[in-house]
Amino acid sequence: MTSGMRIGVVTFPGSLDDRDAVRAVRIAGGEAVALWHADANLHSVDAVVLPGGFSYGDYLRCGAIARFAPVMTPLVDAAKGGMPILGICNGFQVLCESHLLPGALVRNDHLHFICRDQKLRVESTSTAWTSEFEVSQEIVIPLKNGEGGYVADEKTLDQLEAEGRIVARYLDVNPNGSRRDIAGITNERGNVVGLMPHPEHAVESLTGPTTDGLGFFTSVLTSLVNR
Amino acid sequence: MSRHVDTVTDAAADPNAAQPFAELGLKPDEYQQIREILGRRPTSAELAMYSVMWSEHCSYKSSKVHLSQFGDKKPQTDILLVGIGENAGVVDIGDGWAVTFKVESHNHPSYVEPYQGAATGIGGIVRDILSMGARPVAVMDPLRFGAADHPDTRRVLPGVVAGIGGYGNCLGLPNIGGEVVFDSSYQGNPLVNALCVGTMRHEDIHLASAKGVGNLVVLYGAKTGGDGIGGVSVLASETFDEGGPAKRPSVQVGDPFMEKLLIECTLEVLHAGLVEGIQDLGGAGISCATSELASNGEGGMHVRLDAVPLRDATLTPEEILMSESQERMCAVVTPEKIDAFLGICRKWDVTADVIGEVTSTGRLVIEWHGEIIVDVPPRTVAHDGPVYNRPLARPDWQDALTASGSSNLARPTTAAEIRDTVLTMVASPNLAAKTWITSQYDRYVLGNTVLAQPEDSGMVRVDEVTGRGVAVSTDCNGRFAKLDPYNGAKLALAEAYRNVAATGAAPLAVTNCLNFGSPEDPAVMWQFSEAVRGLADGCLELGTPVTGGNVSFYNQTGDTAIHPTPVVGVLGVIEDVNKRTPMGFSAAGDVVLLLGETRDEFDGSEWAHVVHGHLGGVPPQVDLAAEMVLAALLVDLGGRGVLTAAHDLSDGGVAQALVEMALRRGVGVTISLLADTDAFVALFSESTARAIVTVSPANVDIAISAAAAAGVVVTRMGSVADAGSDMVIDNIAGSSVTLSLDELSQASEATLPALFG
Repeated sequence: MTSGMRIGVVTFPGSLDDRDAVRAVRIAGGEAVALWHADANLHSVDAVVLPGGFSYGDYLRCGAIARFAPVMTPLVDAAKGGMPILGICNGFQVLCESHLLPGALVRNDHLHFICRDQKLRVESTSTAWTSEFEVSQEIVIPLKNGEGGYVADEKTLDQLEAEGRIVARYLDVNPNGSRRDIAGITNERGNVVGLMPHPEHAVESLTGPTTDGLGFFTSVLTSLVNR
Repeated sequence: MSRHVDTVTDAAADPNAAQPFAELGLKPDEYQQIREILGRRPTSAELAMYSVMWSEHCSYKSSKVHLSQFGDKKPQTDILLVGIGENAGVVDIGDGWAVTFKVESHNHPSYVEPYQGAATGIGGIVRDILSMGARPVAVMDPLRFGAADHPDTRRVLPGVVAGIGGYGNCLGLPNIGGEVVFDSSYQGNPLVNALCVGTMRHEDIHLASAKGVGNLVVLYGAKTGGDGIGGVSVLASETFDEGGPAKRPSVQVGDPFMEKLLIECTLEVLHAGLVEGIQDLGGAGISCATSELASNGEGGMHVRLDAVPLRDATLTPEEILMSESQERMCAVVTPEKIDAFLGICRKWDVTADVIGEVTSTGRLVIEWHGEIIVDVPPRTVAHDGPVYNRPLARPDWQDALTASGSSNLARPTTAAEIRDTVLTMVASPNLAAKTWITSQYDRYVLGNTVLAQPEDSGMVRVDEVTGRGVAVSTDCNGRFAKLDPYNGAKLALAEAYRNVAATGAAPLAVTNCLNFGSPEDPAVMWQFSEAVRGLADGCLELGTPVTGGNVSFYNQTGDTAIHPTPVVGVLGVIEDVNKRTPMGFSAAGDVVLLLGETRDEFDGSEWAHVVHGHLGGVPPQVDLAAEMVLAALLVDLGGRGVLTAAHDLSDGGVAQALVEMALRRGVGVTISLLADTDAFVALFSESTARAIVTVSPANVDIAISAAAAAGVVVTRMGSVADAGSDMVIDNIAGSSVTLSLDELSQASEATLPALFG
């Protein structure tokens, strides 16, 4: 059964988890639409996923070049207009570089790339991408990054806390030195979410540690129906 | 800067000019052979091409006479769609799907520059797979290092691991397994092997051949630079005046981002039907690609070397021919399709240039700004290199080594001693958890990883609709191969075969990476010939053909060679990955069964190595008939859903396997040894053709009767306990041993971070 909702998945040069994001959208019941970095057109999608990977090799700062891709112009406008946008890992970095989300992602404090099944606590269910979770629900989804340490100045961190814009926190282990164990944040409106762990890798019990990641994709489909 | 280029005309006019063939690694008779082929002296560009293509690495001149056994003894099979000799063999896995897989070495570069050496090892094997027309879907890394606590291991290992992760992660390929072995025999000669698996539909198979006179030769991917030129720099220094380019690193530098673009771009041009023939550029660069494409096709090619895009305009033609710059491919395209081909390259921001065309002249002709600098029969470069029947001799120390068995080593007897031995073994570098390494690799990307390390084999889903998938395992115990290279190779094959079957996949085909010392040492050559003979015999007996592989010689410092290390990779197919068998205990109450017979076999064992630092005697008995029966049983019971877990028995024996099965999901176990058994032998022997399985109580009779029908000895060992409970072994010298999972986990997980963290 599909919801009839069209979720765009952007491919930049060096995007790696775009196929996974497409699969997750499909399993959640949405229609996945491939979007190309060089095409300044969102093709009437209802929401967009910026997938993980190493856009442009991440040879400058992660996400710093992708932010200038033609597709980002209509995407930034749409985000400001309320379209649900989820940036996963490299996509989170692109959202920060695009100033759709505050702060930045820096090299892991232990200096190694890390891939692990990560426990998280969902802190906010008032975003377009987390509405189907329970507040304080504990989930396990894969995490894999080399530059996943979330940083922002203290004032911004305080503001994120005060406004309930921390979407998820790391539990048990802080895998990358993120400030205040932050794994994901949202914008003021709650439509743009950046997440360092990978929900698209936890949508099938066959290939993922859990199917906890599916909630992010079913949430957006539900919130689109209910808008 | 101007420099006179040595042309074919020059070579004819000045036939006796002295040439630095020895510095390029050519023997006097090889140089003479080149002169006879050409009927004149080679130009410096030709000399460069022959020297690198006739090198051991490219020509297999020392190994060819032995490797032919893989063809001569090939089992009767119809699964091979492409056999040995192409970039990688291709296997039919059913439903119209084909899989290509291959393992290669990047040992020497990884010792010199661990990060880039290991990174470009991944890059090279991935392009081999890509050039067959397949989408690369997974990588694995069999690694061997010197002693874990040696300072140089601390230099090499973190760089190798970071390089594999840095390249593979950025390329978007899951790393699903491999090996990490420490042994002082690899001190100064670490082994960095890389395996890649690719999948495609049967009709998508492509080959490296330049067909169709008038078709265009396109070089695409990264620009050519001065990296990886190696010995050819000698030519430049021989012929250059002051002010020539500085010597450049002979280790290549990788750009995984470019490789990712190259993968997507290549698959798009292949699927659009725009390619007649394709070849990756790896060792020997443009020399290899042009001569092999021409040799496999119409036989002729005309190349304009000055059309090659360069990173460094000062490169000489010889250097351009030899450069091993990474992330380059060569395609043969018809004139009608060239615009479409170049258009797709532009879409992916991949540089592409037409550098020549296919001819019917039977010659590979290369020009440089209008002058002919190469004019050779391509087959003489690519395929008809020298072949050596090198002298071989059983080493004079082999008898003494065989005579020095492990039977006199002090064995633990009391329950307390057994307990200490379990913990010592679990924490030893070869048996300890490899999490510190594998957590630096992405195992999730592409979303088809069904099993990854530390499972017995890596498994990926190939078809998302039907669930058809493949499993791969690589194995080799170099100590066994040192004790007996013939049986050591068979044991490596048996272990990889068993590992694949343990996960529920039926073993199909074999690849290998044969790592040895110097072929100029008759003792090493004997080890090599014995190992190849053993592997070929073993593959014939198991019915699993060798699809390709790689030889790495000269893994030797002075007179000391590494343990002979024939790494064997086995590929298996599983009809539905949903039915795979994992290795970890899961449900309390499941019954633990031992399949196979345990003998008193400790020569070359992990116990003798860890506890006594001893190596001698004869390796465990290899019984491939028993392996086939066991594998068939594991696949049958797994496919019928009878097994809840299965784990092969190898290094460290039953004790280590139980620990690994318990720690996988944090579930305890209670084992009771039979009253009349020697606990030490039961727990630590490394007898082959064995596995531990678990079944639900309801399925015990089914499993036992199936094993009995197959003729496999079954021993009921105990039962799975609750999550978080202890591992208990009863009946050890009248007492019992209890180990908490925390204690075991701590012992297993702490070792590598303490050494390398």
